[in-house]
Parts: sequence; structure tokens; C-alpha cells
Amino acid sequence: MKGGAGALLFRDRRAIAGGGLVLLAAAAALAAPALLGASGEGLGDIVARRFVAPLAATPDGALHLLGTDAFGRDLFVRLCAGARVSLAVGFLAAFTALLAGVAAGATAGFAGGAADRAIVALTDAALAVPRVPLLLLLVALFEPGVLLVVIALGLTGWMGVARLVRAEVRSLRERPFVEAARALGVRPARLLARHVVPNALAPALVATALGVGNAIMLEAGLSFLGLGVQPPTASWGNMIAAGRDALVVAPWVALAPAGAVAAVVLACSLLADALEAALAGEHARGTAATGRASRGTPLAR
Amino acid sequence: MPHAKKSRGARLLPGALASGSWLLHYSLMLRYAVRRLLAAVPIVVLVLTVTFAGLHLAPGDPVRLYLGPEADAAAAASLRHAWGLDRPLAVQYVAWLADFARGDWGTSLAQRRPVTAVLGSALGPTLLLTGASLALSYLFGVLVGATQAMRRGTGLDATLTAATTVAQALPSYVVALGLVLVCAYGATLWGWPPALRLPALGAESVGADFLAPGARLADRLRHLLLPVATLALIGAAGVARFARASIAGALRQPFVAAARSRGLAESRILVRHGLRNALLPLVTLLGLQLPALFSGVVFVETIFAWPGMGHVVVQAVLARDYPLVMATTAIFALLVVAGNLLADLLAALADPRVEVAA
Repeated sequence: MKGGAGALLFRDRRAIAGGGLVLLAAAAALAAPALLGASGEGLGDIVARRFVAPLAATPDGALHLLGTDAFGRDLFVRLCAGARVSLAVGFLAAFTALLAGVAAGATAGFAGGAADRAIVALTDAALAVPRVPLLLLLVALFEPGVLLVVIALGLTGWMGVARLVRAEVRSLRERPFVEAARALGVRPARLLARHVVPNALAPALVATALGVGNAIMLEAGLSFLGLGVQPPTASWGNMIAAGRDALVVAPWVALAPAGAVAAVVLACSLLADALEAALAGEHARGTAATGRASRGTPLAR
Repeated sequence: MPHAKKSRGARLLPGALASGSWLLHYSLMLRYAVRRLLAAVPIVVLVLTVTFAGLHLAPGDPVRLYLGPEADAAAAASLRHAWGLDRPLAVQYVAWLADFARGDWGTSLAQRRPVTAVLGSALGPTLLLTGASLALSYLFGVLVGATQAMRRGTGLDATLTAATTVAQALPSYVVALGLVLVCAYGATLWGWPPALRLPALGAESVGADFLAPGARLADRLRHLLLPVATLALIGAAGVARFARASIAGALRQPFVAAARSRGLAESRILVRHGLRNALLPLVTLLGLQLPALFSGVVFVETIFAWPGMGHVVVQAVLARDYPLVMATTAIFALLVVAGNLLADLLAALADPRVEVAA
């Protein structure tokens, strides 16, 4: 990252709000085991404890910040436990996609020729398949679970990064410092790893910040459909699915995890906006570009 | 995939247009359309190849899945032969491609009827839902974006920017559940007028077949409202963000200052100079949005029990109905390729500088 970009990022309200929300979710995820231990889940009279409204206490005197679900489990504790899954899947999937995208994009941009054409054709074809149907296809072929979701999200999310990195590498390839390194006899693999790729990562960072949000949203979506993380493991997606059945009697059961997903996805989107503005070196307020092709797909996800 | 290169054609076409040679323009357009169509062929073949590979990677033997575990070996062998599964893989691949091109896409394992029949009845509802959502996304998105571009830097602009940023980040299933909560359950709970109590399940009411044509149409539109509103809200937010940037960019050009100095009305400047020059990026955006729209449709159709392809694909995955899953995925991909092609052609129609000539 450029010297001034970091400073710009810290002055950007979007970065502060987005980063704060993500840190809050991370803190909740870290606190989850302790909270789970303290809540004494699954004990006592379920009928008396189920569907307790937010900020109300059960007959045994325990206060429930966000209320309880159909099994009398505290929703706040479940939400924190779900944050572990959501954040882990989101970051791991985005990282997998980043690695795959950088590998594909750098190879295509640096090698050129037939390899470039083949990778570009593959990228275009992969982009033509809408991500959710493709994910469903992968999930249908294998047993559902956390690891599968991470791999499937990584395998369906690398194309944007690959395109950005390829374009950067193609322009970097011709720069004097790369030419100089080549003239000094640096081997291609080292040239790519030491001189080209580190300089091509900046636009991929923006795509990765968005990728984390998208992965969290899609993991929750898959789990909502019953094809991702399986109960009783708490995930925001399967919590929404469970709450959907009780939407009339206890809307908070679905609203709490839905709000959590929406907030974290928004946070990632704000971080990506701020990161892009900082990298472009422009001041965050007012003039920041909001709609861009590089951002990918603004329509319903 | 959508190209908007403004290179060689830029020098050729305006001259041709100025000399009144519309015939040349349209013949160039036709050649461009054919070339884009040919460029889409490898992508389609690649998608179909991946689909074929997926069908063969799928765990379980399709013959056993179809006949059930109790079937005897002779029946399994004869069905295997009848389906051609005992041939070499390369032969199967070519035969499968030929069958696919002919419209024979196999049999749904769960529904026991041709995949084409299942998808035939699901394609219409999905196209209706996505088409209506796209139209409303663009209508409201451009309206909001243009308003913001005209009132840049004001409180209204900042409010709308915040609203569109939030709406764009909302997952479709969250919006859908929120709308169900408010418009289906909430409306009943709070005693809203019946007109606002919107149905949240299916494409029409039970017994809609017995309604008069007019009432039936109204019933269908009411069922369409919530699913379309879900997708259009998120879509319009995305279009608005994009439209604001591109219209504002156009309004900063010197020709706008020139138009203003000539005393043109602001509304005329917006429409003739702002919107017109923002048209091309908005058309290009269309091609980029389609994959995301078809992803959103899967969740929305599932929540609203809308009888479209998203609903079909989720049911098929849950039933491990591989031929149906693969065919639906392939159709989604083909729709995206077709949409991109359409966006490219629209871009060329909207702006003759787009490289149609090379």
C-alpha cells in the first residue's frame, strides 16, 4: 500500500465504521466460547424459556439481551457463536479466492500467448455462471459442511481478482524496473514473485474486502437453504432459517441473525469503498467514485 | 465480456453516419452481432463441458438412483445400455452434446419426467420475475442517480448515498424476509387495508383458475409484487450508485458548461447531455449485473415459493437430482451469455463509437 493511502484510510469515516463493525463481530466470535459456557444451554424448562422477547427475563431470572429461540437458547450467545463460523468462512473463502485469482491472473498476464488465452476463456466462462447456482451444483456433488462451503466459495470467487491482477501484471511487465531485473538475469518465477505480483496486489485488495462480505452473505444464504453449515452448529444462515418458521410469533429470532449478516456485509462494502478511495489517493468525501465496473455486480445478490 | 472499446471504429463510423450511409452502419452492426455470437460459442461449450464433467463426477450411479437399490442387475444393465452409459466417455460426451443441442436433456431423477419439461414450465416465471426486476431497477435507479447528480453535495445527495449503500449491501433473503414480515404478517396484525396485505407464497392464489380474466391478472400481479420489490430494491440501489457517478461525470464535461452558457434549461441539459452520455456505461452495467441477479433469484424464489428455475434448482439439489441441477445451472449460464450479448449489441446501438467495425 502506498504511504499516503494508510493515512487516508484512517481519516475515512467509512473505513472507521466498517472496520469497527468487523472488529466488533470478531470480538463477539472470540467471546463466544466463554458465553456458551456461562449460559448453561439446554438445561431447565424449555417451555418456559422458549421465545422470550428481547430484553426480557426468563422465570429463573436470566436476562436475555436478544431474547431466546424455539429451544430456549439465548440468541445473543448463538449470534456470537454464529459469528465464529461466518467470519471464519468469509475470511478463509476470500483468502482462497485471492490466492487462486492471483495465481491465475499473474500467470495469464505474465506468460501471455496461449496460456493467457486459455485462462481468460476459463475466467469468462466461470463469470458467465451465476455464483449461487454454481455453489448449489458444488454442494450437490459433495457432503454439505463448513470446509466444502469454504472451498466452493473460493472456487467461485477468484475471477474478479484474476482479471484485476492480470491487467496490472500486463502493464507492470513492461515497466523499466521489471526490465532491469530481467536484464540482471533474475529468473521469471522470482521476477514474478518479487517484483511484479507485490505491485499488482492493490486493486485485488479492494476486490478481496468485497469478497469477504460476499462470502459471508453466500455462506449464510447456503445455510439458510439448508445446504451449508448444518444445525446444531450455529451459523447466521441456519439461525435465519430456524427463525423463519417462527416469523409470526417471534420475529426477533430471524431478525437478529439477519441484522448481523446485513451489518457485516455492509461493513465490508464500506471498507472496500474506503480502501478504493484511499488507493486512488482521492479524499474520501463527496468526490469518491461510488459506482464502478471494477466493483463487479451491484445488482441483487 | 462486455466490450466498450472506442478505437478503430471511432474514426470510421461517425463519418459514415454523417454521409447518410445508414445501410453501411446496419451491415456493420450485423457483422458485429455475428462476431459477438461466434465469440460466445467457446464459452457455451466450456460451460456445457463442465456440466458434463459434473454429471459424471456426481457420486452414485444414475441407473441405481433411478431404479432404486432393490433393482436386479439385469434390469440395471439393460437401462445402462439403453442410456448409453456403457460407451466410452468421449463417445458419451459427443452424444451428450448432440442431445443437448437437440433439446434432449435427460430425465429428472426425482420428478420422473424430462428435464426440458420441468425447465419449460419454470423458465417463464423466472424471466417474468427477473425482467420486471431489471426494468424497475433501472427506472428507479436512474431516477435516484440523476436526482443525486443534479443535487450533488446537498443533504439529499448524502442521504440517498447512505440509503443506496445500505440497500445495495443487503442480502436478498434478508430483504425478502423483511418484506414478508411487514406486508404479509404485519399488515394483518396491524389491520392494514386488504389491498396492502400482499400474498407471500406462490405465483397465484389457490383456485385462481376459476377467476375471471381480469381478477386473475390482478391476482398474479399481487403475487408478483413482493418478489419483484425485493430484487428491484437491491438492484435499484446498485444502478443508482452507478448512475450517480456516470451522470455526474457527464455533467462535468465542457459541453455541459457550454449548454448552460447558451441558456438551456437544467432539465434539458440533464436529459440531452447528462443521461445520454451516461447511457453507455449503464448498458454495459446490464451485462455485469445478470449473474448477480440470477443468484438473487434463487433465494427470492425459494422464500416466496415462486415456481421458477431458482426454486427448481434448490429442490433438485435437496433431492440430489443431478440431471436437473446440471441443466438448470447450464440454462442460467446460457441466459447470462445471452444477456451479455444483448448488452453488447445495445451498447453498439446506443453509441456508434463502440468498436463494431474492426
